[in-house]
Amino acid sequence: MRLPGKGLNQGAKPITFSFNGRHMMGLEGDTLAAALLANDVHLMGRSFKYHRPRGVLTAGSEEPNALVTTGTGGEQDPNVRATQQEIFEGLEARSQNCWPSVERDVMAVNDLAAPFFTAGFYYKTFMWPAAFWEKLYEPMIRNAAGLGALSGEADQDRYEKAFAFCDVLVIGSGPAGLMAALTAGRAGADVILCEEDSRMGGRLLAEREEIGGKPGHDWAAEALAELDAMDNVRLMTRTAVTGAYDQGTYGALERVSHHLPQRHSLKGSHLPRECFWRIAAKHAVLAAGAIERPVAFRNNDRPGIMMAGAVRAYLNRWGVAPGERVTLFANNDQAHRTARDLAEAGVHIAAVIDSRHEAPDGGPYQVIKGAQVCGSAGRQRVESITVRSIKGEEKIQTDCLAMSGGWNPSVHLTCHLNSRPVWKRDVLAFVPAEGAVPGMVTAGACNGTLSTAGALREGANAAAKVLEALGLNAAAADLPDAEDDPYRIAALWAVPGKGRAWLDFQNDVTVKDVKQAAVENFRSVEHMKRYTTQGMATDQGKNSNVAALAVLADATGRTIPETGTTTFRPPFVPVAIGAIGAGATDEGFKPQRFLTSHAESEARGAHQLEVGLWYRAAYYPKPGETSWRQSCDREVTLVRNAVGICDVSTLGKIDVQGADAGKLLDHLYTNTFSTLKVGKVRYGLMLREDGFVMDDGTTARLDENHYVMTTTTAAAGQVMAHMEFAAQVLHPDWDVRFTSVTEQWAQFAVAGPKSQELLNGLVAEDVNGETWPFMGCGEATVLGVKGRLFRISFSGEHAYEVAVPARYGGSLFRELLKRAEAMGGGAYGMEALNVLRIEKGLITHAEINGTVTAFDLGMQGMMSKKKDFLGKPMSTREGLMAEDRMRLVGLKPVGAAKEITAGAHLFTPGDPVERIYDQGYVTSAGYSPTLGHPIGLAFLKEGPDRLGETVRLVDHMRGVDTLCEVVSPVFFDPEGDRARG
Amino acid sequence: MRITCPLCGERDRREFYYKGAALVRPAEGADLDAWHEYVNLRENPAGPLDELWYHEMGCNSWLKVTRDTATHEILDVQLASEAGLGGET
Ligand SMILES: [Zn+2]
Repeated sequence: MRLPGKGLNQGAKPITFSFNGRHMMGLEGDTLAAALLANDVHLMGRSFKYHRPRGVLTAGSEEPNALVTTGTGGEQDPNVRATQQEIFEGLEARSQNCWPSVERDVMAVNDLAAPFFTAGFYYKTFMWPAAFWEKLYEPMIRNAAGLGALSGEADQDRYEKAFAFCDVLVIGSGPAGLMAALTAGRAGADVILCEEDSRMGGRLLAEREEIGGKPGHDWAAEALAELDAMDNVRLMTRTAVTGAYDQGTYGALERVSHHLPQRHSLKGSHLPRECFWRIAAKHAVLAAGAIERPVAFRNNDRPGIMMAGAVRAYLNRWGVAPGERVTLFANNDQAHRTARDLAEAGVHIAAVIDSRHEAPDGGPYQVIKGAQVCGSAGRQRVESITVRSIKGEEKIQTDCLAMSGGWNPSVHLTCHLNSRPVWKRDVLAFVPAEGAVPGMVTAGACNGTLSTAGALREGANAAAKVLEALGLNAAAADLPDAEDDPYRIAALWAVPGKGRAWLDFQNDVTVKDVKQAAVENFRSVEHMKRYTTQGMATDQGKNSNVAALAVLADATGRTIPETGTTTFRPPFVPVAIGAIGAGATDEGFKPQRFLTSHAESEARGAHQLEVGLWYRAAYYPKPGETSWRQSCDREVTLVRNAVGICDVSTLGKIDVQGADAGKLLDHLYTNTFSTLKVGKVRYGLMLREDGFVMDDGTTARLDENHYVMTTTTAAAGQVMAHMEFAAQVLHPDWDVRFTSVTEQWAQFAVAGPKSQELLNGLVAEDVNGETWPFMGCGEATVLGVKGRLFRISFSGEHAYEVAVPARYGGSLFRELLKRAEAMGGGAYGMEALNVLRIEKGLITHAEINGTVTAFDLGMQGMMSKKKDFLGKPMSTREGLMAEDRMRLVGLKPVGAAKEITAGAHLFTPGDPVERIYDQGYVTSAGYSPTLGHPIGLAFLKEGPDRLGETVRLVDHMRGVDTLCEVVSPVFFDPEGDRARG
Repeated sequence: MRITCPLCGERDRREFYYKGAALVRPAEGADLDAWHEYVNLRENPAGPLDELWYHEMGCNSWLKVTRDTATHEILDVQLASEAGLGGET
């Protein structure tokens, strides 16, 4: 019910929204919870396990009950806290975890079965028989689990992420936070003030206590106006600081457009839904306030039973009275303000029940001292409570019970770097340990200081401490007068009695469950938590953890500090994965790298293959070709018979220069490069320091002190880091510099018997066996452009690679194709390239799989005995040279099924097909149109000694079981005459 | 986590690649036990540890970072090229 003239929203615009299909009116600035209470709606949802009717408990992000779903389809947003979601014109929200409606929920039968669902229910019940697990138990649990549901459609909202930097991050904008920001801002520090609410002011918006002779919210407004006018202060509302990380890094979630109607006309909105901030702060002032804790008593979870501080917030900030006949149940003085404020607003106070005999008298209402509320009645809203005192039990009619068991300081962020909070006896709460987070100072209620004056004082002091560390001068604190009442509290966690007294409202954990855990010897707080699921819901037990701990302490005969506390981990509030990963979807997650030939390949209908981030043409289908094999076979054949063109620019290219360039290459490669003649290219093999093969490739010597190294596409980044390691860490005194030039050069293979003829029309120089012998290289003028020409071959044919600056790549590719086609050749893609290299027994990272040695590849001869190189000592280990290692061989089919598949395993015919009889595996396979049958490369035990033997090839994945003959890995032109000729 | 690169200044840890303990490479001709220790064996202390980080998204420097593994406090950062990790050659 809205009270005219009450609240900070006087003159606010009326807004229409709907809840469970019912249209209602609210005021601008209302949270959904405030607006629903104004419309006398208390029943907002159903609990997780027992589907009990639940109403709103709090007025903040700690809300366990009032979770709703907004939006539909890809925009559906479950578990939205009604205490945070602001209403806007056209907002449609609905209850969750109920069917067919929140009033009549079929699953509420669970509540009747409650005796079966006690602590450890899942552990005890779903143990056996094991066969039931997959078919019955798991589907059943999955069906019942969770609160709100996802739509199953892709999230269509946009998220952003951003970095921010500051001298001082102030977390929370209550009196402590505002005072800290003012002090730091006035001294000239770079300040960011984060507030998770839509409006700054913290408790000052919910209380009626004055500051400096004026209402607290007016003082807050003036402070904010001053801060807003400072260029060095940034105010961030709707921004929850979610985590504290190392070296002053904080995560923060800004709810950018959840409160705006535009969000629901997707395309029109330029705003993201949320922005995830990473804030690097030299210092932080934590002024996060405190969270009021409920008292556990029988049926303390009925709609209409709320936190006393939340009732004041609804009354004083939004002008909403949550009931007409309100009762208050408390164990501390501060909570009495709720009765005072409501009575002054004209709301009837049926009774104030205080567990302490020395409770204060208040206003015009009855205070029952030394008494406890021991039960409630009502169906979908509380109708009465039962009060127990020395006089016995009495029933009091009420439609709203405000309760307070004291306050828990919001120490969450102080625990994120492993610190545990410490018990402070006078406030009966955990407070942050000293120096919990390096660079962070705590102030106000989160520090266990619960008066307004105390908060202002600590805020100013915290800022002064930070300013001193920053070397800035703090002006003498000008603290306004404020309420400085002592916080009188007596312990009251759970009211004894029968029935279910609720601790964790969101996960439906009761006092009895915690006691049961203790009885079954789950005495450690961490064990109790997992056994009962206490504090494991989306609110992470913000309201309930300390009370549960107190109950456990009592049940195990220990004090609270002896019992300890569970820790808090980030995030402080739930964060959508979409926000943390903002920008990292689709191409943002996996950027696309396109070759200079990409447009021409696309124009020719090439099928693209993803190679790392690169897109490479797999094959170029011609009219009439209906399968990739037809295109691939044709492309292989045109290379063998005429000339083929293939873009090979994805290979890593590293330009190495300096007097010690050769020395560095000698150190990196197993073989020698310092002796390579200028104008020549050499194939090299690189090992990791553990002696296994890391990469291979060719390196050309362009000049005395100038080499160009190529790496495989897959290992380009790894080789670069490896080289930097060798040069910087191991040999910083060597005179050598290198840089990646992969993107600077476009490079094309021109391969086939007609390649020389093609190039002679293309480059200005005369290309012949003298000028460009096999493995020769040099500068070449390519259609007037200064480029490079290498006579190297990955196909076994007479072949070249021609390189030009990348900006000429596209036009050179088109020109090469035109000329090749005129000679009966054309483009070839990755599929053909792969077949060509398998026919020649040339390796790729299918073979260099991290477990193979140079010996396995038959390349032990490439390991120089004359020099040291990376990986040499470890490569000499006995096991890495053993004859019975799996070593490289070729395979050709001899069985009925003429098929070889990569990944298949090899067995000696007659042996069982079992792992211990495994003889090896196939790494690469393809159909050779040159030979007219499938071929494969494999690693086989003692392979090179078994040429001519028959092995059994088994591929369970693809259902292949056939026989193969072991042959040399070089299937075609074993003498290499074609490449050299 | 933030690391102060001697060349680039203080940067977010996402710019760096982590390798592991910063060890001195054995001299050429060292026995296999020394190599086994260098390649495979690690101390894993709860406390200060010299580590190698690579400023991959920055200046490509290899850095020797002294970090307390228990608190993540970074005690020192220097260019690996000045740390003498190459051993004798
Ligand atoms: Zn750097």
